[in-house]
Amino acid sequence: MSSPVLEIEGVTKSFGDRLVLDGIDLSISEHEAVALIGASGSGKSTLLRCIDLLEEIDDGDIYLDGEVITDPAVNPVSVRRRLGFVFQAFNLFPHMSVLDNVTLGAVRSGAMPKQEATDRGRELLDRFGLGGREADRPDQLSGGQQQRVALVRAFASRPRALLLDEVTSALDPELVGDVLEAVREMKDEGMTMIIATHEMTFAREVADRIAFLHEGRIVETGTPAKVMDSPERPETQRFLRRLLAGGRI
Amino acid sequence: MLGGLALLVFTSSGWPDVQETFFSPEAFRTSFPDILRAFWLDVRMFVAVEVVVLILGLVIALIRTSLSPALFPIRALAAIYCDLFRGVPVILLVYLIGFGIPTLGVTGILAEPIFLACVALSLAYSAYVAEVYRAGISSVHRTQTDSALAVGLTKFQALRHVVLPQAVRRVRPPLLNDFISLQKDVALVSVLGVQEAFRVAQIDSQSSFNYTPLIAAALLYLAVTIPMARILDYIARKQDSVV
Repeated sequence: MSSPVLEIEGVTKSFGDRLVLDGIDLSISEHEAVALIGASGSGKSTLLRCIDLLEEIDDGDIYLDGEVITDPAVNPVSVRRRLGFVFQAFNLFPHMSVLDNVTLGAVRSGAMPKQEATDRGRELLDRFGLGGREADRPDQLSGGQQQRVALVRAFASRPRALLLDEVTSALDPELVGDVLEAVREMKDEGMTMIIATHEMTFAREVADRIAFLHEGRIVETGTPAKVMDSPERPETQRFLRRLLAGGRI
Repeated sequence: MLGGLALLVFTSSGWPDVQETFFSPEAFRTSFPDILRAFWLDVRMFVAVEVVVLILGLVIALIRTSLSPALFPIRALAAIYCDLFRGVPVILLVYLIGFGIPTLGVTGILAEPIFLACVALSLAYSAYVAEVYRAGISSVHRTQTDSALAVGLTKFQALRHVVLPQAVRRVRPPLLNDFISLQKDVALVSVLGVQEAFRVAQIDSQSSFNYTPLIAAALLYLAVTIPMARILDYIARKQDSVV
């Protein structure tokens, strides 16, 4: 197995008195997709935000390609340029065209010349079923299309890993499919990713490994088949039983 | 109702006098060129003050919306600045600065009434405009900044390319309101004896016992403020239609 792209060691994070991450250890190899599952409030989003340095951690270390990124001396901008983040609520820039949304990061960070970023943006939008929408504003698109633009935006800068934070939770059920298809395609291309999700079927299908978060701790990890079909820990069993009862699996 | 009111005014016994003292074509013709020349000073002062206000107001707003704990002292200063300069009548400020600074015995531009009046107006309007900008900046959701940082922008780039364009677009109407106020308040510098349009009109009317020059000055102010409002409306509509 190749060396890990991301390594998370003993990460803790509190908001005020509330301990949200309680010593997280997780390692993600190149081309690997890890699905984070767990109830709302279990810390999935916070963990992703900490990895992208959108939140400061209280303790522990996070490594990207073997290099510590949670040291105060590290420039967070250079770290974020090597990672892609997709938000639950898309968070596209409403005052910019779809194409500008996709190219802004690459152009402003100086990662690519404008022409190259534009060409790549157009090509990717086309590939993910958004050809012809380049000049539109985000609010002219459906939720599913907006989320695909957000995926393309994160993917366009060739990140070392994609962090996907509940990318389908804000979508109408009939729009979920296209977004998941886009994620699947990025995974097939070898993109390393961490996927916080409630879509169990999707997690089972796309993820190489599942990590179950409970009250800020990863209580169980393993292949999808192992974690979902024969969970060892009572917390995991309870969580999956509840999802089953709710018709979510 | 308007017709009735007009009828009442035009048939009143005093109307011929009013017509003579306020709407005399002859007095208009003699005083208008002077007032127009003086109005050019108003326009230049307005433009200069407006540029300063747009920049200074933005700087103050950015300080007030900053989150860094290290900036707390200047954040407090900025808040005090806004409270102070919004709380004092503009005319008082023009007086205090226009007569106060020269008393210090300074010379050159610092003793120049036009310059001092512009300083007073800039200070007062920057406080108003800073609050308008601030409202706009706070109305842009925090997730926009997150998103901008996540695509690899620096904090400054996030502000410049993501937050401010949205903020300014949202506060265009109140900003315009303040511009129009400022265009009119330029007349306040007349209290320092500066010969701008209102002052010249006042002198003319006092020497001729006719108020028509004041009407001429009023028309000049309107000739600037109304087209400006329409042009900005037009720009706003054009931009909104692409959003």
